[in-house]
Amino acid sequence: MSISRADYCVIGVAECFRGDGEIMANPIGTIPAIGGRVARESFEPDLVMTDGEALLVANSVPVSGAVPDKIIEAWNPYRSMFDVVWSGRRHVMMGASQMDRFGNQNFAFIGDPKQPKVQLLGMRGAPGNTVQNVTSYWIPAHSPKVFVEQVSVVSGIGYDRAAELGDWVREHHELRHVVTNLGVLDFGGPNHALRVRSVHPGVTVDEIVSATGFELVVDGDVPETRAPTDAEMEIIERLDPKGVRKAEVPD
Amino acid sequence: MADKRMTEDDVVAELSSGMTIGIGGWGSRRKPMSLVRAIARSNLQDLTIASYAGPDLGLLCATGKVKKAIYPFCSLDSIPLEPHFRNARQSGSVETLELDEGLFLLGLQAAAWRVPFIPSRVGLGSFVVDRQPEIKTVVSPYDDGEELVAAPALNLDVALIHMHRGDARGNGMYLNVDPYMDDLVAMAAPKTFMSVEQIVPTEELASFGPVQAMKISRLMTHGVVEAPKGAHFTECVPDYGRDEAFQKEYAASAKDPELWAAWKAKYLDCGGHDEYRKVAGL
Repeated sequence: MSISRADYCVIGVAECFRGDGEIMANPIGTIPAIGGRVARESFEPDLVMTDGEALLVANSVPVSGAVPDKIIEAWNPYRSMFDVVWSGRRHVMMGASQMDRFGNQNFAFIGDPKQPKVQLLGMRGAPGNTVQNVTSYWIPAHSPKVFVEQVSVVSGIGYDRAAELGDWVREHHELRHVVTNLGVLDFGGPNHALRVRSVHPGVTVDEIVSATGFELVVDGDVPETRAPTDAEMEIIERLDPKGVRKAEVPD
Repeated sequence: MADKRMTEDDVVAELSSGMTIGIGGWGSRRKPMSLVRAIARSNLQDLTIASYAGPDLGLLCATGKVKKAIYPFCSLDSIPLEPHFRNARQSGSVETLELDEGLFLLGLQAAAWRVPFIPSRVGLGSFVVDRQPEIKTVVSPYDDGEELVAAPALNLDVALIHMHRGDARGNGMYLNVDPYMDDLVAMAAPKTFMSVEQIVPTEELASFGPVQAMKISRLMTHGVVEAPKGAHFTECVPDYGRDEAFQKEYAASAKDPELWAAWKAKYLDCGGHDEYRKVAGL
């Protein structure tokens, strides 16, 4: 079975949730959805996951192909989701249109708040998520347009901003990993600056550095993102038999 | 016994320009679209619209009804960005208050409980608090002394919601999996008008689903409008799904003024909900 770039991304996502135990893993997007489910079906069996809507389901909902009956564990309408987030029992993976070196994220709009050049999603839940639960990010197209010196507006808050807030926020704010089509980043650089954690096979460190609009921290020898195990590849194929993940990240 | 049944036009007659109107539903799901279209066709203007927004806000922006929008997002779900709302934003034609989804919830709750704000950490350090002077912080009076966001009450003048079933007295019930924040939207306004897919006798209402789904009591409502397919083209399962083809046509009409004029002539200027249903083939 050949391993595609998308499969390495899936594993990068899955690894974000390692050690999380019995909390809600809430990865948003196609590859994130597969990655979270792979984590639960292999090394984090206690993760709680949604069906993408208002139910918590015990079985994995595939992202393509036939959908099995859901094994419903609990009802989780939008209002309950805020109870989960504000109690800290969740690790969300969001997207970003822009991100700076300290993880300040923007997917709301670009330009003047009164008349933006580009209106995007709006704030959604990003301000609250980043202050109240663990957050990771998924960036399917790593480029200097996404990783910028300064974001236009801050929707999800980064480490420098969290550091200026109260003790409680400093203690609870955690941005885990940023998984992209080129590699995996974490906030292990000086003052929690973004650092290359691994590159996907076929990607050089120079490539990921030059695809980033600020100075990405490179700390010694950068390993390759680990390959999925045979068992994990079987799970990936079962969850995405039509290979829609490869449309999100082509080889 | 009060009979609260009325028409869309009766509801519009209760509204006035400059009002703050809260709209229930979420994105392109269970929106009171027959009421929204009635407003879009009316002479009302300078409205402030507060919503987990979708085509409700988009349509009212496209028809020039909106002075200010209060929202955490504006999305058609299957089409992530609402194109009519984008046009309004990118032309600078609407004032805005950008809120986090949770801050919006707290704002509704504060209004419903008649307190000026609810403390939270949501928004700290972000654009929501740092660059919008309307959103203020408060210092905890307890030993922790923490600075918190004072999520302001979203005091509505009127709320509009859409439920699956209701009775003539204004009780309402949802039949899909998520009530969204509709009961809070209803409670955040002194006057709430509810459209329903079907009005049924009160003694039959509880037979449609679990009592937990009877989320809207007549304490909350001032009028009920029977509007079959009243949420069209947004999702209203189990009665009907989102009309994706129709939604695509609506979204495409944002591309240029001629397309919009044609859409508006066909689906808005045609008349009330009954005429709309005929034109849309519902």
